[in-house]
Amino acid sequence: MIEIESVHKSFGKLEVLKGINLTVNKGEVVSIIGGSGSGKSTLLTCINGLEPINSGKIKIDGTEVHAKSTDLNKLRQKIGIVFQQWNAFPHLTVLENVMLAPRKVLGMAKSDAEAIAVKNLTHVGLAEKLSVYPNRMSGGQQQRMAIARALAMSPKYMLFDEVTSALDPMLVGEVLDTLKMLAEEGMTMICVTHEMAFARDVSDRVAFFHQGVMAEIGTPEQLFGAPQNPETQKFLASIR
Amino acid sequence: MFKYSFQWNQALKALPQMLDGALVTMQIALLSMAIGLVVAIILTLFRLSGSRLLRGFAVAWVEIARNTPALFQIYMAHFGLGSFGIHLSPFTSLLAGIAFNNAGYLAENFRGALKAIPDTQARAGRSLGMTSLQAFRLIVVPQMLRIAFLPITNQMVWAILMTSLGVTVGMNTDLAGVTQALNARTFRTFEFFALAAVIYYLIAKVVTLAARLIASRLFRY
Amino acid sequence: MFDTSLSWGDIVFLAQGAGMTLAVTAVSVIAGTILGIFCGVIRVQLGPYWSIPLTFVLDIFRSVPLLIQLVLANAFQSIAKLGWPPFTTSCVVLSLYTAAYCTEIVRGGIDAVPLTTRRAGRSLGLSWWQDMRFIVAPLATRVSLPSWIGLTLGVMKDSALVLWLGLIELLRASQILVTRLQEPLFILLICGAIYFLISFPIARLGGYLEKRWSPND
Repeated sequence: MIEIESVHKSFGKLEVLKGINLTVNKGEVVSIIGGSGSGKSTLLTCINGLEPINSGKIKIDGTEVHAKSTDLNKLRQKIGIVFQQWNAFPHLTVLENVMLAPRKVLGMAKSDAEAIAVKNLTHVGLAEKLSVYPNRMSGGQQQRMAIARALAMSPKYMLFDEVTSALDPMLVGEVLDTLKMLAEEGMTMICVTHEMAFARDVSDRVAFFHQGVMAEIGTPEQLFGAPQNPETQKFLASIR
Repeated sequence: MFKYSFQWNQALKALPQMLDGALVTMQIALLSMAIGLVVAIILTLFRLSGSRLLRGFAVAWVEIARNTPALFQIYMAHFGLGSFGIHLSPFTSLLAGIAFNNAGYLAENFRGALKAIPDTQARAGRSLGMTSLQAFRLIVVPQMLRIAFLPITNQMVWAILMTSLGVTVGMNTDLAGVTQALNARTFRTFEFFALAAVIYYLIAKVVTLAARLIASRLFRY
Repeated sequence: MFDTSLSWGDIVFLAQGAGMTLAVTAVSVIAGTILGIFCGVIRVQLGPYWSIPLTFVLDIFRSVPLLIQLVLANAFQSIAKLGWPPFTTSCVVLSLYTAAYCTEIVRGGIDAVPLTTRRAGRSLGLSWWQDMRFIVAPLATRVSLPSWIGLTLGVMKDSALVLWLGLIELLRASQILVTRLQEPLFILLICGAIYFLISFPIARLGGYLEKRWSPND
């Protein structure tokens, strides 16, 4: 369970998160939508401790992320994150990209790590690309590799940060299909996204962020069908 | 056109001697690169460190190496240290001067290479549970080596060319030194130095080519 | 303050040496740059294939130690009975050396101008020369200037080697004083400081320009 309690976060003078409260239960898929600068991406990097927070609490299975005593490296093994820019490691093949963390972080034997990597790459449809270097692949393929790379650590939670925003429109579908598949398998996920159809079809709940505040949250039917907050209404009207 | 009879035979007869000199040249260049690389890594770490003293030391080294002539740096090793009662042989002063120069330029290259790798790379490593040291070693350094590889080979060629400066402090065993000694004996300046030029050129080309070959094997992405 | 026998006359002597360094550098950089721009444009116009001979010749100047080039040129002018003084020989060699590097910088600068930009210029009816003059030159200069500043400083430092032909430039002047006064460290430090004071501010300017011009090119 991910518990976010009145989290505030500033970059210098700019307050990007103004008291966020959100609880994500096991097996739940929560999508976060909102305009740019609404703080939705920042929240994800705070959840896995890549960014410090100014006040509030984030707890993963009861462990406070930003407590001094927390071993962040250990905690991050539980939380996979995939970024908008997929951040493939260009100097490693696809297989090596996925094997690296299981070997070096979990200390797995090479053969075990390879088996896990092959399994996850097959899962996202990249079984044919094992020995290819990332820059020889399309953005969609690299993004799926990044998902496999995160999955290889057997995380309990997955965070997706606008994973389709930097892709050509033609390639968005293959990545969204991968996310859908994970959701159906029962993975607990938080997806920051601009793909409204995806948010509606896959999420259990959808949250709308506006200027650092979670303006509204509800089931897809509620949020898309009968939005209460005027900002939500404005946002949804603007993207149609 | 010229009232001068070129005597290439004499130069060609001295070729074995000059090739021996070329070996010494390569030896100094390789040694100076090895020392330079190690020092450059240390200087780069100093620059990244929190201590102002270490950072200042590294910056001073880099700026002096880059903003004064290589020959000056060799003179400092050869004549300057004399003030402390340290008298280095031509070989040692030449090696010290070039290694000092290499370290400064290489450290600057490493800094540039580090800057060229986006922060998001280390971040991606951290988000997979790596420690910052692991992310640096497994993700940043390999990419940095690729970016810095071409500048490193350029510096190697520079080091070879710089070894010729040893003759000004009395070096007489490297290619330039041997050539100058032969010249002093025979006064066939043009012939001997033309042959030396050809040898230097060939060494430089072989090194560049070898580096390209190594790079294509090493960096397949 | 300092226990030195360095006299006012010696300092003037050093300053004259520095003057010689600057003179050799200025002549060589100006001549080398003009020649380099010329060769660079030719290289781009001919394309990589037809410019192989030119590239090969210029590459020699970058692959043979400058000291050897100086000795060879001096021997050559004496054989050919050209009667060049060391200053002339030094400037000729350093100019060719500069031109060899400058050609690459110019080529890089011109290549950095997108073909579409050039086509846009030509499609407005500009002639080749006008396109070069008003479109390519300003853009290429921006790209090339930092490297060119680096080259100028490199030539300034490398000009120390002309001491081998007997020119009394800054380093040679220092060496003469060292021999006479037997204060190697002190005098060499002054010499190094002079080089540094000439080089460092200009190097910083180059770095600044590079930083300022690169992100929004």
